[in-house]
Amino acid sequence: MRTDDLIDALAQDMGPSRGPRARLALVGGLGALAALLLVLAVLHTRHDLMQAMRGGMFWMKALYTALLGVAGYLAVERLARPGGSGRRGWMLGLGVLALCIALGVWQAMVSPDIQAAVRMLRGHSWHSCSPRILMLSLPMLAVGLWALRGMAPTRPTLAGLAMGLFSGGVAGTIYGLHCPEHTFTFIALWYSLGVLLTAALGALIGRWALRW
Amino acid sequence: MTDTETRLKALMLRGLDGDAAAYRECLAALGVRLRAYFARRMSGAPGDVEDLVQETLLAVHLKRSTWDTSQSFTAWAHAVARYKLIDHWRRRKIRQTLPIEDHIGFLAAEEPDPGVGLELDRALASLPEKQRILVSDVKLTGLSLAEAGARAGISEGAAKVALHRALKALAERMRRADG
Repeated sequence: MRTDDLIDALAQDMGPSRGPRARLALVGGLGALAALLLVLAVLHTRHDLMQAMRGGMFWMKALYTALLGVAGYLAVERLARPGGSGRRGWMLGLGVLALCIALGVWQAMVSPDIQAAVRMLRGHSWHSCSPRILMLSLPMLAVGLWALRGMAPTRPTLAGLAMGLFSGGVAGTIYGLHCPEHTFTFIALWYSLGVLLTAALGALIGRWALRW
Repeated sequence: MTDTETRLKALMLRGLDGDAAAYRECLAALGVRLRAYFARRMSGAPGDVEDLVQETLLAVHLKRSTWDTSQSFTAWAHAVARYKLIDHWRRRKIRQTLPIEDHIGFLAAEEPDPGVGLELDRALASLPEKQRILVSDVKLTGLSLAEAGARAGISEGAAKVALHRALKALAERMRRADG
């Protein structure tokens, strides 16, 4: 086929095309909704939710995971475009992660004894926290990677990683409605691990699924 | 270079606003630059050059919403072209491990005309019949989308959707069948 003919055909196909920002925002909204439904239907909210929402730690936890989600969004919004690096998002993500880990370590160090520190680290749900965040993030990760396929990431692994960070952050924030843990020590380890697992899964899938 | 950027960006912006003539002019000018870009990097394979030009133009079209209009348009288009070239090389490496028949077919291939790609025809031939007829009516006989749709027995709106799907399928098939 002649290239000129192809161009004629392309010029006939000029419907409006939504940009990455609008599409990623939609992915975030749908993902949060899916995670919320899963929490309500499967895990149920923590029984003292109303009381907890009056405390500071509930919101600190939500802020931490939400910021990880924002970092993922900022990174993927750039990485969805050819040549994008997502540096701003990665810097924010690393900064927030480092801060939370520092707070967690500090909280463990000022605890009265080693047993108390270990108790904080294990909490009541150390074995289920990370896998649950991963599970809650799966619908958003799937929809997000599918949406990314319609965009133009030139670094598929990194784009998948960023999409996973975005999904994990959103899912982690919703998971706070169920999870009663309230120490930085716990959050720094298990929440971060859950979000990072999601990011790693996104990178793994993105590596082969995001080529175009 | 700056002149090219100013001109192409203005054309592309008008194209995104629905000005089909400006859009066509933008893609045509881009095609010329892409041809030179790929030819410099792929000496001795002119047929592949045109396939890559066409594959890149398809990608530019289908991925146009990922251009941030506050940024340089030519830098964006260059990033698309660069990705397509690297992808082409990467797939070529895979292809070298394929059976010898492919190689014989490659040796027997005729010297292509400049401005004509073979891969796109192959991809086109593999489309469902309705989509194929629609694309060839629109591009070859110069019918409008409404007329082509009427010939295929569908409304203009349905023709629009079908054309878009066909172009997406073409992009996907060209990528998979690259060789």
